[in-house]
Amino acid sequence: MNSIEVKGVWRIFKTREGIVEALKDVNLEIRKGELFGLLGPNGAGKTTLIRILTTLLLPTRGKAYVLGYDTSTEELKIRPLINMVSGGEYSGYGLLTVKENLWMFSQFYGIPGKIAKKRIYEFAEKLRFKDILNKKVRNLSTGQRQKMNIARGFLTDPKVIFLDEPTLGLDVEVAREIRKFVKSWIMERDNRTVVLTTHYMHEAEQLCDRVAIINEGRIIAVDTVENLKKRISSEFSLVIKVSPKVDISWISSIDGVLKYLCSEEENGIRLRIIMDKEESIGDLVDGFIKRGGKINYLNKEEPTLEDVFLKLTGRGLE
Amino acid sequence: MIKFLRAVKGRAYPRVIGAIREPSWMFWEVFLPLLSISAYVFVYRSLHAPPEFEGFVILGGIMTAYWLNVLWGMASQFYWEKEVGNLQYYIMAPASLESILAGMALGGMFGTTTRAVSVLILGTLLFHVHMSLTSPLLLVAVFLICLAAMYAMGMMFASLFLLWGREAWVLSSLFEEPIYFLSGQNFPVKALGSSVALAASIIPLTLGLDAMRQLIFPSSIPYALLNPYLELIILVVLTFLYFILARIFLKKMEKIGKTKGTIITRWL
Repeated sequence: MNSIEVKGVWRIFKTREGIVEALKDVNLEIRKGELFGLLGPNGAGKTTLIRILTTLLLPTRGKAYVLGYDTSTEELKIRPLINMVSGGEYSGYGLLTVKENLWMFSQFYGIPGKIAKKRIYEFAEKLRFKDILNKKVRNLSTGQRQKMNIARGFLTDPKVIFLDEPTLGLDVEVAREIRKFVKSWIMERDNRTVVLTTHYMHEAEQLCDRVAIINEGRIIAVDTVENLKKRISSEFSLVIKVSPKVDISWISSIDGVLKYLCSEEENGIRLRIIMDKEESIGDLVDGFIKRGGKINYLNKEEPTLEDVFLKLTGRGLE
Repeated sequence: MIKFLRAVKGRAYPRVIGAIREPSWMFWEVFLPLLSISAYVFVYRSLHAPPEFEGFVILGGIMTAYWLNVLWGMASQFYWEKEVGNLQYYIMAPASLESILAGMALGGMFGTTTRAVSVLILGTLLFHVHMSLTSPLLLVAVFLICLAAMYAMGMMFASLFLLWGREAWVLSSLFEEPIYFLSGQNFPVKALGSSVALAASIIPLTLGLDAMRQLIFPSSIPYALLNPYLELIILVVLTFLYFILARIFLKKMEKIGKTKGTIITRWL
């Protein structure tokens, strides 16, 4: 059974600069018990979709259902069953301690005080922030704050939880702890659903049962990470670092080059090229040398989700 | 109902704790208002005004504390909550926005009452104000209903200020100084003329102050606008009216926010 269904959803914003089509005919089904990823670059429409599913926005057209309830008309039935945590959020009040802040939010869900306090200690134990329970929120580091936010979201024992870029801007260690916690939370419970938006492809690869790739408001692929990678199984990625910066407009004319992504580095450029002909690597190398470029690094890699994204959209995730 | 009360308690908590945990408020909330009250007292003394006028000023100072809390701690609050990112969690939670606002009101009343009592005690002692309560029960009823009406008005403004966005700050200022004048904070409101005073009676503070003055300083009855019983009834009506309007505007605010995406989300 599905925990989320999105049927032909459009979301159009009228801004001073004009009309923005944030979502365009989005269709999606997320199953109960699934850890589902929405993968896309900034501005792709991930957060807008989350806002609709969390009853904070109405779709301009189409329908969205959470646990069988219409997000437009049955929000009061949905709200007790869901929660959301965003990356870099500053919810709560700085003068309260972590424990007090968590207790306060639990009260908005009608959780009895004793149960709330028990759960706060449990989550503090699991997320390893017991030492800061009595620390004022305004004195927390970014990582400590996000652990508190994560606990706030899970404290209400939601049937569906929306994690909107939950590890945004966190250091590697805290991000890893949060990912580990999310994974174990869903594994220990039946029929819970996690919807995770991210533009970190390794996060989606590590955590998600299935992933939807979203770009410019459209869902362009939905599948397991493995199946998505199979879409480019006959292809490979070539990572090349060249210095100094040289003209690259000729690359697409090389036979076997399907898509490429270029980023500037200190003294040169870094290219990630999706290719389907190994014999064309030589032509590429010759091309750079002819243009005065020096190859500093060259590596052939297995395709990643980012390559899938690159192939499907022609752009990178970052 | 229990869930409603839990949400009220939850949202009142930061305000109660804030009042206890940040003792610096004593200076800002007690000493500075006392200075402003003292100025009016000395003006009345130099003009040889009747002694009850000094009592009017202290009473006005106390009730103004609540009005300021209504404006800056209630009406502008949703705008603030949106800016810091709390509003979306309030809307998303199963608790009603009314319960969140009621929590803000109760928590705000706690801090403000501490300020009001301090001003009352210090002001009375410093200026030797003589009070004679003629009907304490009626006084308590007027005071409580006046607070209820003011905070219901604050609830109504909370959604309206949010709809008006940044202009909320201008509106809060707009509702500050002119209300001191229209409510007769430091003088009998009847001095404005009956028609202006009656028009100003849509502000609960006007009727509340007028009724309380009569009940604390019986010699001020000649300056009174209306009978305190009638004022109490009008305040009850205003409480219901503002509460109903607050509910309507809160629903409207949420609807507009969800349709346009301009209220709940910070980035539009």
